[in-house]
Amino acid sequence: MDFTWVAAYWPLIVAGAMQTVLLLVISVGFGFILAIGLALARVSGPLWLRWLARGYCTLFRGTPLLIQLWLFYYGVGSFLPMIPGLRESILWPVVREGFFFAAVSFTLNYAAYEAEVLRGALLAVPKGELEAGRAFGMSRFTLLRRIWLPRAIRIALPTIGGEVVLQLKATPIAFSVTVMDLYAVAYKVRQDTLLVYEPLAVVTVFYVCLTLVITRAFRLVEMQVPIRR
Amino acid sequence: MSTNPSVWQLLSPYPPGWGGMLLSGAVSTILISLGAYLFGIAVGLAGATGKLKGRRSVVVLLDVYTTAVRAIPELILIIGLYYAGTDGINRLLSVVGFPPIEINGFLAAVLVLGIVQGAYMTEVLRGAILAIPVGQIEAASAFGMRPWLRFRRIVLPALMPNALPGMANLWMSVTKDSALIAVVGYQELALATRLAAGNTKHYFLFFFAAAVIYLVITLVSNVLFGSLETHFRRGQPKAA
Repeated sequence: MDFTWVAAYWPLIVAGAMQTVLLLVISVGFGFILAIGLALARVSGPLWLRWLARGYCTLFRGTPLLIQLWLFYYGVGSFLPMIPGLRESILWPVVREGFFFAAVSFTLNYAAYEAEVLRGALLAVPKGELEAGRAFGMSRFTLLRRIWLPRAIRIALPTIGGEVVLQLKATPIAFSVTVMDLYAVAYKVRQDTLLVYEPLAVVTVFYVCLTLVITRAFRLVEMQVPIRR
Repeated sequence: MSTNPSVWQLLSPYPPGWGGMLLSGAVSTILISLGAYLFGIAVGLAGATGKLKGRRSVVVLLDVYTTAVRAIPELILIIGLYYAGTDGINRLLSVVGFPPIEINGFLAAVLVLGIVQGAYMTEVLRGAILAIPVGQIEAASAFGMRPWLRFRRIVLPALMPNALPGMANLWMSVTKDSALIAVVGYQELALATRLAAGNTKHYFLFFFAAAVIYLVITLVSNVLFGSLETHFRRGQPKAA
């Protein structure tokens, strides 16, 4: 085992970790917002919207994330330059990067899984609480904002924590579309130094630490809202 | 090949179409998944038995195995195990005095994915066995059944309804995780698609076609697992 390379590659590892965390935060943040919409559509939307949301979830949960990523990066990416004006616009430096496609496909994928979790949680909120809210004369939106959604998120919180960890473990495939994330750094070290296991081991320690941070953070959040079982 | 082939020409199963390559890729994806799944079930059964009945040292060892596999990203596990496995076998061979061999990519893929599956399967099966009322197993022992007969007649039929939802999830995840094998260079559906797309420059078409194939695999498996579950739940009271 030879770890002398760590000194030289330290800045790169930290930068890679930042990229991984950034990908995770973007996909979980935007994905969660999208998931709320999808879950609401599936629980209380009109029939066509229900089917649309359901189809979306089936499509994204039924295909590998790697294929989705490549479909976006290679497939959609090859169409983008044809959109008139895009290459001259200020968006182009962002849109041509692999990071953009990774962020988009991870977000859409996470939203599909999260919507399924939230759907169950929305249905698990006791009916009496919603009826009580309605009896107070709350509008549909107020009811959603004050009672339905907060209760559902509280119910789903342990599962959401698990989903975020799963999402973290899915991020390394971003390296296949030129994102310099943690795993890509390990790959580069391997190419430069011909060491196989040492870079993988170092990067693995980072992933496990991030997992611990996420589970601790969710435990803290869960303790903020004590529930009686 | 014409300069601008149509979609159906590109997807045709016979050359110059690339459909045949995609389909054979799909077949190897299914075979890898099946192999890894069965291997995972074997590891899971051994692991669950070890965790429930084993000595302290065995339990600790299995805990390390399941925790590590579930905490490390699949891609890193697959790549690490792939290189460590092939490298280890060749080192072993050179110690014994044989020339290094080219490890069969299919076998390596099955073993690597199976080791990952085994960790999850251990937990699924352990939970399912724990959910069996102890009295049933004790009754079987009281009848004088030997462990294997007891397993076959009592534990297995009682365990299946509890374990099937988790096992179905694991099958879905192994069919999708097998795409990661593309990264180490074994030709299954994902890599075949990438080659076809790269050669024809019709990226969107081919990745979309691959997505459809994966989706069909998932939907068909859904139906199969659904009927399996009704089969194993026969005779159980219907949930309210």
